[in-house]
Amino acid sequence: MAKIKFTLNGKEINITIDPTARLLDILRDQYGLVGVKEGCGEGECGACAVLINEVIINSCIVPMGTINNKSIVTIEGFSETKRYEVIRKAFEDEGAVQCGFCTPGMIIASESLLNNNPHPTEEEIRIGLSGNLCRCTGYNMIVKAVKTASKRGEGLW
Amino acid sequence: MVNSYIPKTYKEALNLLAQNELLIIAGGTDLMVKFKSISGLLPKFKKDMLFISHLAELDFIKKEKNSIHIGANVTLEKVLNSKHTHYLLKKALLIMASPAIRNMGTVGGNIVNASPAGDTLPVLYVLNTKIVVESLDNKRIIPIEDFIVGPSKTILKENELVKEIIIEDKSFDYMVFEKIGTRQADAISKISFAAVTNIKNSNISDFRVSFGAVGPRIVREKELEKKVIGVTIDELNGMCNLICDNYSKFITPIDDQRSSAIYRKKVALNLLEEYIKSIK
Ligand SMILES: Cc1cc2nc3c(=O)[nH]c(=O)nc-3n(C[C@H](O)[C@H](O)[C@H](O)COP(=O)(O)OP(=O)(O)OC[C@H]3O[C@@H](n4cnc5c(N)ncnc54)[C@H](O)[C@@H]3O)c2cc1C
Ligand code: FES
Ligand code: FES
Repeated sequence: MAKIKFTLNGKEINITIDPTARLLDILRDQYGLVGVKEGCGEGECGACAVLINEVIINSCIVPMGTINNKSIVTIEGFSETKRYEVIRKAFEDEGAVQCGFCTPGMIIASESLLNNNPHPTEEEIRIGLSGNLCRCTGYNMIVKAVKTASKRGEGLW
Repeated sequence: MVNSYIPKTYKEALNLLAQNELLIIAGGTDLMVKFKSISGLLPKFKKDMLFISHLAELDFIKKEKNSIHIGANVTLEKVLNSKHTHYLLKKALLIMASPAIRNMGTVGGNIVNASPAGDTLPVLYVLNTKIVVESLDNKRIIPIEDFIVGPSKTILKENELVKEIIIEDKSFDYMVFEKIGTRQADAISKISFAAVTNIKNSNISDFRVSFGAVGPRIVREKELEKKVIGVTIDELNGMCNLICDNYSKFITPIDDQRSSAIYRKKVALNLLEEYIKSIK
């Protein structure tokens, strides 16, 4: 067991925990943040994506021992921002959501991309989302949604 | 349940390694998958763990006269975005894993994991990379081809860790990195290929080739490379079949769920042939 300090959606957290525990399990089971999904559990699908120090990381393969002093933002925390509103609306308008299982991860991936590159090309969007799998949409609508969000969110990123 | 150590400093990490039998964990992108358990339960690690990814002493990229030094903890994404990173290494990183994995995974982890399909490895081999290994009372600088001895096997001792890698910073007239996989992101390579060549007064002055995922180790054959040093470009092209035949002996892939041995060998040699023919 070890003491780990981090911020979770802006709130400072101090816990004593086994450092090998998966961040995904802690987020879902201890903090009830069930917008973070488990798909593959092996880093391949992006359903469990969160922002750690503002970049996308798959929480299913993050041990708690690596997040000391870091800032974690889940889809729940991100959903309180203006950027989220722009991305959400764009996803809705472009039909980028079907069953919705991949959507939290896709939105985190979109934010991580736009934060780093506010005007991505289609190619750059596809690379930015390349670690996120969607079994429903066929991706084109999601790519379009990110383009739309980038246009509408001018100045936000 | 195993014990975990989260040292405050690099020195403390070396001390812990000197006193205990530990498994080092950096980004965890290999280890968390390898020791995965049922969801909600702890991973099935068998040894006590040493967490190192937060150690700032291992997180740097420095340019020196003819080389680039990369700390073992630098994430793959940071290496990709650094202005000091060699063109060929960038090429390999750009199509490796996915942004989320590159934000966690480290250079040190990719090397010590020593997978024959590790995507940075063929490039690191042709760029004559050296691995800097340290323990509490010793430091060794080892060429990468001597450091990795087999699949998941290195000569790292129990009390040592990888501190940094030193990559030759040299430009080349011809350089390629190719990865053959089923999909671009998150696909493990079926075959990877890196090669660099320099020409001086229309003679080959430097020629290095390496293959990944075509055998238990990355293939780089310095004896074969020497045979083409000094030949003209025309002679090199004339020797193309001979060179491919020579390499053929060292390309000993396996059949697995990703690909067949015959396919791997054929494509590996095609990549070499195409590369030689591109040198004009
Ligand atoms: C979805 C997914 C996709 C992937 N795609 C690719 C891909 O396309 N290409 C590819 O090559 N790899 C890929 N990988 C594998 C992995 O991400 C890389 O090998 C990564 O570089 C490992 O780094 P890490 O820090 O996460 O390693 P860890 O899991 O922390 O460690 C890996 C090994 O290295 C040792 N180690 C780590 N740091 C040190 C150190 N400083 N000193 C001594 N020992 C050390 C550990 O003990 C362990 O044996 C993928 C992984 C996942 C989950
Ligand atoms: S559940 Fe984490 S990447 Fe699939
Ligand atoms: S909308 Fe169903 S998986 Fe993407």
